[in-house]
Amino acid sequence: MSDPRQGRPRALTIEAAGRGDYIRIMSIWKYANPVKFLALSSRVQPVLWALAAGCVAVGLIWGFFGTPDDFRQGSTVKIIYLHVPAALMAINAWFMMLITSLIWLVRRHHVSALAAKAAAPVGLVMTLIALVTGAIWGQPMWGTWWAWDPRLTSFLILFLFYLGYIALWEAIEDPDTAADLTSILCLVGSVFAVLSRYAVQFWNQGLHQGTSIPVATGGRTVADVFFYPLVISMIGFGLLFLALVLYRTGTEIRLRRTQALRARLEREL
Amino acid sequence: MIALLIRDLRLALRAGGGFGLGLAFFLIVTTLVPFSVGPEPALLASIAPGVLWLGALLACLLSLDRLLALDFEDGTLDLLLTAPLPLEAAVSVKALAHWLTTGLPLVLAAPVLGVLLNLPVAGYGWLVVSLALGTPALSVIGTFGAALTVGIKRGGLLLSLLVLPLYVPTLIFGAEAARRGAAGTDVSTPLLMLAGITLATIACMPFASAAVLRMGLR
Amino acid sequence: MTLSAQNLTLARGGIPVVADLSFTLEPGHALILRGPNGAGKTTLLRTIAGLQPALRGQITGAADQIAYAGHADGLKAMLSVRENLAFWAQVFGHSDISAALDAYALHPLADRLAGTLSAGQKRRLGLSRLLVTGCPIWVLDEPTVSLDTDAVAMFAAAVKHHLAQGGSALMATHIDLGVEAEVLDITPYRAKTTLRAGASDEAFL
Repeated sequence: MSDPRQGRPRALTIEAAGRGDYIRIMSIWKYANPVKFLALSSRVQPVLWALAAGCVAVGLIWGFFGTPDDFRQGSTVKIIYLHVPAALMAINAWFMMLITSLIWLVRRHHVSALAAKAAAPVGLVMTLIALVTGAIWGQPMWGTWWAWDPRLTSFLILFLFYLGYIALWEAIEDPDTAADLTSILCLVGSVFAVLSRYAVQFWNQGLHQGTSIPVATGGRTVADVFFYPLVISMIGFGLLFLALVLYRTGTEIRLRRTQALRARLEREL
Repeated sequence: MIALLIRDLRLALRAGGGFGLGLAFFLIVTTLVPFSVGPEPALLASIAPGVLWLGALLACLLSLDRLLALDFEDGTLDLLLTAPLPLEAAVSVKALAHWLTTGLPLVLAAPVLGVLLNLPVAGYGWLVVSLALGTPALSVIGTFGAALTVGIKRGGLLLSLLVLPLYVPTLIFGAEAARRGAAGTDVSTPLLMLAGITLATIACMPFASAAVLRMGLR
Repeated sequence: MTLSAQNLTLARGGIPVVADLSFTLEPGHALILRGPNGAGKTTLLRTIAGLQPALRGQITGAADQIAYAGHADGLKAMLSVRENLAFWAQVFGHSDISAALDAYALHPLADRLAGTLSAGQKRRLGLSRLLVTGCPIWVLDEPTVSLDTDAVAMFAAAVKHHLAQGGSALMATHIDLGVEAEVLDITPYRAKTTLRAGASDEAFL
């Protein structure tokens, strides 16, 4: 039952040299078809959930009980194993929404739009975790629950962007129009989020410690003993995010499928 | 295009058009601030640039939900879409009309309200300059928000939720320029950033607004 | 300018409603759409006017030629009749509105605010807007709603005059205007629920 224009597996065919028969290379867009996506997702999900739970558990337990206290920050430093991965996924969730929104606008794949919709609440919760753990960490370190530090402020603004994005999805009845408008909001919002990041930096140089793992320089500012459990925890949060998004996307797809079938049925009567 | 501008201005000026509502709101907010923080002149002087900027921003926001929603309700938007006028131009003109009827009066009223808040003498000029540079961006970004929520019933609150985060950079640079002006320090960096944001939004946002409007009206 | 549509398939709310509809409308002719409620008349007219895309099929001769009038008249209550008309005339690059005022006997009302008009008077003003656009193809959705007999006669006269000048009109209406027109019943073109034409909900079926 695949749709001729949108959902069809776009198979790329390459002629094998001199033989005249074809090797079919399946394209990634095959999974843009909701039914195929559901099939794949249900196969992948158990593994993903298990890996995510394993990594998060190992990362957190190793981090909390297997690493020494920091000589300056004491045991409070251990909240890093929650704070940093959550902050990382908070930003990556928005990146994912940006990419899936672009795919929806260009190629009109429903799965892509619904994945963006599914990722938003997860990103919102990750942002909230990062903010709350940051406050708990900041209280003993800086002597205050909240400071208008550029990073904290940027996350607060990101939180507002997530709220607006989710509210717009909820407010529009027609699902395709909602997908269109939220996609544009995501694009425009991304530009303004980056702009806000620099504006906030200009506005107030902060208290926050530097990046834990600066990707650009390849170096790292935390010692090895903290580094390995942190990386495992980050991988765990990444897998958890993926599992949650797959699960929620599946729910959204089933909801749309119910609506589509019901609408056709009503027309038949 | 000029016809559209004249029509929007005329509508705003007639009874029920909401012209002056923003100004009155600006006045009330400014009056309420000393009641909430206390009448101490030094304190008021230090927060005056920020309060005036925030008041102007909120006053701008107030009139956004009638910017496109009224035209949507009476069918004008559908007809404009079928008219030989590029929609990008139409939304730009509507943003301009919004600025002329909301932003510009706020810019002119700000120094008067500055007196109420004991704004330092050095600050008046830069306050007006920063508002004059920044409020067009508020109107253009607001038009985008209005276009996003045009088909939604009672979309006013949602509109605020969508637009306010987008106002952050404009507010930061605008208020910073006004603050530095009042403190007598160099204003060039925030002022140039503010001008950059305004020019960039004027150049780019109408395309986003028009695209969103086309999708929303389908 | 001949308006023609070939093999149009149209969707409303993601579901196909009209399938493989074709027609041509020559200059000087009128075409009246008939069909029960929900058959897709409004969807068809909006598509022809360029307000929404068709799922499949082609429309030729429509670009910048169409004056569309839907259910809402696009009038501003706080502008006078004259100002409302003058605005639309200017948008379409014209300035003369007296012919339009004449055709619908609006001269006595010209300086009244549109908000104070009765429903039928508003409709007359909305229809007179078509005359100031100068567009050769009229696309009208239920133009005679809330008009009395006299006003319907004015509208019929305006349509006849428009056709005589080489214009054309595509209308969805249930009443007999006394205008010589072909009738297109779109009921037989109702899309089957099994149709797969690229509508947005199909990927989920």
